[in-house]
Amino acid sequence: MALIELQNVSKAFGSLVVLDHLDLRIEAGQSLVVIGASGTGKSVLLKHIVGLLRPDSGEVWFDGQRVDTLADRELMEMRKRFGFLFQMGALFDSLNVGDNLAFPLVEHTHKKPAEIRHIIAEKLELVGLPHFEKKMPGQLSGGQRKRVALARAITLNPEIILYDEPTTGLDPVRSDVINQLIVKLKNELKVTSITVTHDMASAFKIADRIVMLHEGKIIFDGTPKEIQQTEIPIVHQFVVGEASAEELEALGESEDIPESPEEDTERPGKASP
Amino acid sequence: MPRCRVNPGLPDVSGNRIIARMPTRLAEKIGSDTLSVLSAFGQFWRFVGSTFSWLGRGSLRWKNMRLVIPQMYEVGFKSVPVIGITGAFIGMVLAIEAYTQFRSIGQENRLGGIINVSVVKQIGPVLAAVMLAGRVGGALTAELGTMNVTEQLDALRVMGADPVRVLVVPRFLACIILLPILTIYSDMLGVIGGWLVSVKSLGIPADPYWRYSSAAVDNWQIFEGLVKATFFGAAIGLISCYKGFTCGSGAQGVGRACTESFVTSFIAIIVLNFFFAKVAKDWYIAIYGIRSIF
Repeated sequence: MALIELQNVSKAFGSLVVLDHLDLRIEAGQSLVVIGASGTGKSVLLKHIVGLLRPDSGEVWFDGQRVDTLADRELMEMRKRFGFLFQMGALFDSLNVGDNLAFPLVEHTHKKPAEIRHIIAEKLELVGLPHFEKKMPGQLSGGQRKRVALARAITLNPEIILYDEPTTGLDPVRSDVINQLIVKLKNELKVTSITVTHDMASAFKIADRIVMLHEGKIIFDGTPKEIQQTEIPIVHQFVVGEASAEELEALGESEDIPESPEEDTERPGKASP
Repeated sequence: MPRCRVNPGLPDVSGNRIIARMPTRLAEKIGSDTLSVLSAFGQFWRFVGSTFSWLGRGSLRWKNMRLVIPQMYEVGFKSVPVIGITGAFIGMVLAIEAYTQFRSIGQENRLGGIINVSVVKQIGPVLAAVMLAGRVGGALTAELGTMNVTEQLDALRVMGADPVRVLVVPRFLACIILLPILTIYSDMLGVIGGWLVSVKSLGIPADPYWRYSSAAVDNWQIFEGLVKATFFGAAIGLISCYKGFTCGSGAQGVGRACTESFVTSFIAIIVLNFFFAKVAKDWYIAIYGIRSIF
């Protein structure tokens, strides 16, 4: 059986259907990237896996355990095996970096303060932020916040790490640092990872497998190489980052912005200035 | 050119249709509003149940108690100046307002009784609670609401920690432990304020002032005030945390939750105070009989 499995999962918020009879299996050790346009339910999918959201119908399984029917206490036990990197980091504002990282260790282990300090230093070193223990989250840049959040997500050495848009809002260099870190964690800690992103450069760097969500369903499931060769129009458009004619028309731009000089001259009825 | 045209060949029935649909719409609205109120009520009591359930499960362990101490500092220590000032000035105002009436009937020596029983039984606990709801309740809602909208509550959940145990229980404990203490402090300053104006400024002799005060204020009155304060503290803690946990998205959602938190806490304090006054008075009369302060 797969490590994580979603069977026929549907979820709607009011009249908006976000996941529509979705099936997905994720094997242990895999680095899966979920892509899709904004608002297609990628983060909702991640939250179903850790039981932060429950499906309206369908089943969510993790390691032979049905997640969507687990009681809160059992869910808390299960979640100790997960690390979760939130889109904005979700660092605790009132605690400094050291205390943020110490939180899961104090909650779930009986380690002595010296041991905890050692683990924190080790994890901060791993994400390239040594000696940041005393800084407050408000003093950190966007990239630093993400790296601290990543360090916090791995303090308990989880088996599975879920990344919710890890590179959003970062410059290309900082994005690459995060991508390298994800790859490093995958190689060194042998974790299973699920990454939600719409950054294709990031997806190609970290993925073994890519799935694309569209209107609540998976419309592509394959390797990074396969997605580059796909002929499914919606997937291809997403991969190359190209808006469709309908989308441009909706903006009222398709007639105003010529795609190329040749097309412009060929267009009938276009008045010259 | 007219912007809107009516086809002259068709009868205009749109007004009739609107009127015909009005009762249905009204019934729908009443139904949906009732459902949402009942749902929010149920959600609140579930939240209360969860808080008490965590209270019963090892809340006195060091792992949990270490979270209470910073909250006690926030709720208690930082409220001392505002509650002290309010208590003292209310005692002084009571003395000024009551003095002329008591003097007009030649009973100004009994002023201490009415000032101090009012302060200890009603004004001290209610005012301390209202000040705490304003100063701390709003801050608790804003803090937890911001944590909610920035996914910090979800972060706690995915780290295997229940936000009610980590965030609500310490704040709830701080409120129920410290509001009675703050009430004693408020009472004390109210009594001093009343004494200052009555004895030192208006010239009422100290001996009858204190004699009538001790006749009017017995242990029951003080105990009643402190029990009330504990319940007010519980109401403030639970309402403020609940509003933070369920606030809408964005800055507007947090702002609205803060306002609702204060208004709901204030109403809860006033309503609880009425029921406490009624029950305590009935019990007092049943045990001690009617005692006049005159």
